[in-house]
Amino acid sequence: MEYFAIIIAAIFVNNIVLAQFLGICPLLGVSGKISTAGGMAGAVLFVMTIATIVTYLIYNFILVPFGISYLQTITYILVISALVQMVELILKKVSPPLYQALGIFLPLITTNCAILGVAILTVQKDFNLLQGVVFSVATAIGFGLALIIFAGIREHLDLMGVPKAMRGAPIALLVAGILALAFMGFAGLV
Amino acid sequence: MSNLTNFTKGFIKENPVFIMLLGLCPTLGVSTSAFNGLGMGLATAFVLIMSNLVISLIKNLIPAKVRIPSFIVVIASFVTIVQLVLEGFVPALYESLGLFIPLIVVNCVVLGRAEAFASKNTVFSSIIDGTGMGLGFTFALTLLGSVREILGSGNIFGMNLGFYPLDADGNPVVMLVFVLAPGAFIALAYLVALNAMLKQRMSKK
Repeated sequence: MEYFAIIIAAIFVNNIVLAQFLGICPLLGVSGKISTAGGMAGAVLFVMTIATIVTYLIYNFILVPFGISYLQTITYILVISALVQMVELILKKVSPPLYQALGIFLPLITTNCAILGVAILTVQKDFNLLQGVVFSVATAIGFGLALIIFAGIREHLDLMGVPKAMRGAPIALLVAGILALAFMGFAGLV
Repeated sequence: MSNLTNFTKGFIKENPVFIMLLGLCPTLGVSTSAFNGLGMGLATAFVLIMSNLVISLIKNLIPAKVRIPSFIVVIASFVTIVQLVLEGFVPALYESLGLFIPLIVVNCVVLGRAEAFASKNTVFSSIIDGTGMGLGFTFALTLLGSVREILGSGNIFGMNLGFYPLDADGNPVVMLVFVLAPGAFIALAYLVALNAMLKQRMSKK
């Protein structure tokens, strides 16, 4: 039940993009087509889960015992960027089809604040390792959900007569606002 | 490019938020009030100026291949300093900005200026660039924060404006949605559109 609450909260109620404003850049950047949005969502799911596990272990077994938890930000960002590089290399070797599918999105992920955000949130919320993993997977699903819905709407938006000044970013932000309004309907679910 | 245009370009012409759409996560996340926007803007500006300064000093020592990780370490160090200072001296602001302070590390504005400007220019012009961009970011955040605070809670910098009608319980009738998540997207959408419209008008003349 406790895990169920974490999952529902992370996907719908506190959706990482629409309620917590993390990962807006990929939302606006790669959401032109549903297929690219799907690729990005897959890459985020992959990296976010691994990053949460690794940063959790480093935080609890290195930073806390040595009393240097104030170095959290520096350590995390280094670990995440090293991890992204490593994942890229391993994927290239082990699973070329998966690399083909995720390839171009992986380097972009280092600067995706959702990854660092989830790693820090796992510590802030005092999750244990299993809760942290469940939380990060659910958050990534929530991210993918928002991204794919948004991409679907934007594909249709291309055919609409949008006023000149609203074209491009403004209309995309407005759509995101309405989508966030819809997601607010989930508030109070857990 | 003269120092003056270098300084002022961050406000309107190359404003990181309204024109270049960089650093949107903190922009949307913390701009619930003008004060939060100002605080976040100044924290980012400090990191931006200091990282521009250090990176332009050491740009010749860093091998091109490990340039991005080195930049990130420099930026992360200054973010940690900001984090500790805010926690010690302005705990209220630290509480309300929360997660977004460590996330200055991945703010594209900071890394973007390091890569696009500080790694190619002199120390002095990098400081000017950092100050201009930082204040432009602060300006954008404060503006968005003010709009949301006025529409969403009827206040500005915490002071009651008092022009909203009161309901039966004596509370002002405000558009609460603007301090909530959707309001951030909607307010920013119209500010960006306004900017685009002004630009079109100007280019017609």
